[in-house]
Amino acid sequence: MSWFQKLMPSRIRTEGGTKRNVPEGLWTKCAACSAVLYKPELDRNLAVCPKCSKHMPVAARVRLEQFLDPGEKREIAGDLEPVDTLKFRDQKKYRDRIIAAQKKTGEKDALIALVGKLAERDIVACAFEFAFMGGSMGSVVGEKFARAGQECLRLKVPLVCFSATGGARMQEGLLSLMQMAKTSAVLGRMAEEGIPYISVLTHPTTGGVSASLGMLGDINIAEPGALIGFAGPRVIEQTVREKLPEGFQRSEFLLEKGAIDMILDRRQLRDEIAAMLALMMDGEPAKVVSGEVVA
Amino acid sequence: MNPNYLDFEQPIAELQAKIDELRNVGSDNAINLDEEIRRLQIKMRQKIRGIFKDLTPWQISQLSRHPLRPYTLDYIEKIFDEFHELHGDRTFADDHAIVGGLARFRGRAIMFIGQQKGRDTKAKIFRNFGMARPEGYRKALRLMNMAARFRLPLVTFIDTPGAYPGVGAEERGQSEAIARNLQVLSRLPVPVICTIIGEGGSGGALAIGVGDRVNMLQYSTYSVITPEGCASILWKDAANAQSAATALGITSARLKELGLVDKVIREPLGGAHKNPDKVAIRVANCIEAQLEVLGAQTTDQLLDTRYKRLLSFGEFNG
Repeated sequence: MSWFQKLMPSRIRTEGGTKRNVPEGLWTKCAACSAVLYKPELDRNLAVCPKCSKHMPVAARVRLEQFLDPGEKREIAGDLEPVDTLKFRDQKKYRDRIIAAQKKTGEKDALIALVGKLAERDIVACAFEFAFMGGSMGSVVGEKFARAGQECLRLKVPLVCFSATGGARMQEGLLSLMQMAKTSAVLGRMAEEGIPYISVLTHPTTGGVSASLGMLGDINIAEPGALIGFAGPRVIEQTVREKLPEGFQRSEFLLEKGAIDMILDRRQLRDEIAAMLALMMDGEPAKVVSGEVVA
Repeated sequence: MNPNYLDFEQPIAELQAKIDELRNVGSDNAINLDEEIRRLQIKMRQKIRGIFKDLTPWQISQLSRHPLRPYTLDYIEKIFDEFHELHGDRTFADDHAIVGGLARFRGRAIMFIGQQKGRDTKAKIFRNFGMARPEGYRKALRLMNMAARFRLPLVTFIDTPGAYPGVGAEERGQSEAIARNLQVLSRLPVPVICTIIGEGGSGGALAIGVGDRVNMLQYSTYSVITPEGCASILWKDAANAQSAATALGITSARLKELGLVDKVIREPLGGAHKNPDKVAIRVANCIEAQLEVLGAQTTDQLLDTRYKRLLSFGEFNG
C-alpha cells in the first residue's frame, strides 16, 4: 500500500487491488510471444498459441481427450499405484513426493493409457503426465505401457504414445532402468506381429524414455520446438565445456539429423496419424521372424 | 598417498609398503626378516578382512571403478581360447569404448561384446573412458544380429560410467541407438548372458545388458544414474554421492535381493584386482554353467522365458 493510499480514509480505498472482479485464470500469457490469450479460446486451439503457434504443455488426460474420437473410452490399468520399494529418501521422502504429485495432478502416476477410437478405428493411446514428477518412468509407467502394448497385441490395434518426460525415475533405482528393457520388449513383440506403433515426442522427452519407447516408433513424430535427446543440455555442456548451438536437440534439429520422420503441428496430429495408420494397416501384417528383421 | 589404493584402503597400502621395504632390506643383507614379514602379512590380511567386512555402497562404488580392476580385455585374454575382434558399425566409425568379436569359449563358438576402459591416460582417451557413442552401440547391434544369424550364443561384459553425453553422440542419435539394442536384445533368438564386471552405468550399460541371465561381480555396481549425478540433482550437491549411493541400491547384494540380478560372482579378498586369474575362472565357470542350461532350451522357450522375465520387472500396488 502506498503512502498516499494510507492517507485516504478506508471508505474510499479499494481493497485487494483491481483484479478483484476478474475470475482466476481466464487470461493467460504466451511464454514465447507474450500475447495475452483468452483461456477458453486457447483450449479450443489445443493449447497452441494462435499468434505464434507456440505449443504449450497439456495434461495427459486433456491430450488423450483432444486426440481420440469423442465417446466411450476404457482406461488400461488405471488402478496401479507406485510403491516405495527402496525406501528412497533424499531431501524429501519418495513417499511424500508421490503423495504431493498425486494431489497436484489428480493422477496415480505419470502415464495414462486408454482404449478408444481414432477416426473410427480402434486404437490404444497413452500419454505421459509431465506434472507428475517430471513425467518420470518408474514401475507403474513401465507396467501401464507394457499392458497397453499387450492390449494392442490382443486386439491387433495400433499404439500411439505421447511422451513428455525427463526420463527414468531415480527414486526407484534400477527398477526404473529396467522399465526401459520392459517397454522395449513389448514393442519388439509388436514389431514381430506387424502392429503399428507411433511415437509422438512432445516437449520435453529426454533420458531413459527417449532411449527406449520414445525412439522406437515405426513412425517418430515431434511437435514443433520440443526438446528431445538422450542427455540433458546441462550435462552435455558440463562434459564438452562449451556453449551448445542454438536449436540443439530441438525437433527441427532432430528432423535434420534424421532421427524423426516429421514435425507436426498439434492441430494436424489426429488427421495425419489416422491417415498414416490407414495406409499402414491396409494389407495383412507380415509375420516377422525375430532377430535381423526387427532391426 | 598411493594412487593405486582407494581412500579407505590406505591402511592396507601402508602395511604393503612396510612389507615391501622389509623384503628389500632382507635381500640386501643376510639378516632373516621372514618372521617379521610373515607377521605383517597376517596383520595385513586381518586389516583387509576388517575393512571389507562392512563396505558401504559408496566404497563399493569406488571399488567398481578401481584403477587396477580387471577390464574386459583382461578377461578376454584369460577366458577365451580364441578371440577375433570385429570392428566398426559399417555406417560411421569404429567405437573403441566397445570391443566385440567372435570367440571360442571352452570349446564353444560364441559372439562377444564388452565395454572397455583404458588404464593409462592415453588409453583412457582412446577408449573414451568406456563411454560409448551411437556407433559403439550400432557395432554391438551388428554383432547381435550376426550372432542370431549364425546361432551363436551372445556373451556381454558391462563396464561403463554411461553412454557418452556429447554433441556428436546426440546428433547421431544416442537415444535411438540404445533403444534399438534393447528391443533387439529382448527378442534375440540365441542365449544372451550379461555380466557386470565393474561399473553398470544406466542406459549405456543396459544397451548391452538385456539377456536371459544377468550376473554381477561382487563389487561391481549397477545403477540408473551415477551416485554423483543423482546427488547433484536431488541434493543439489554432488558431495552427497555417499547418501545417493546408499539410497539408489546399486550393489550386487541389494540387486540380487530385488530379483534384478541372477547371480553374484564372489571376488577374492580385497577385490578382483587382488587376484584377476581367480576371478576370471569364476566368471568363466558361471557363464559356462549358464550356457549349458540355456543351450538345452528351444528358441521359443528361450524367448518366452526372457519376455516374461522382462515384463515381470517392476514393483507397484494394484
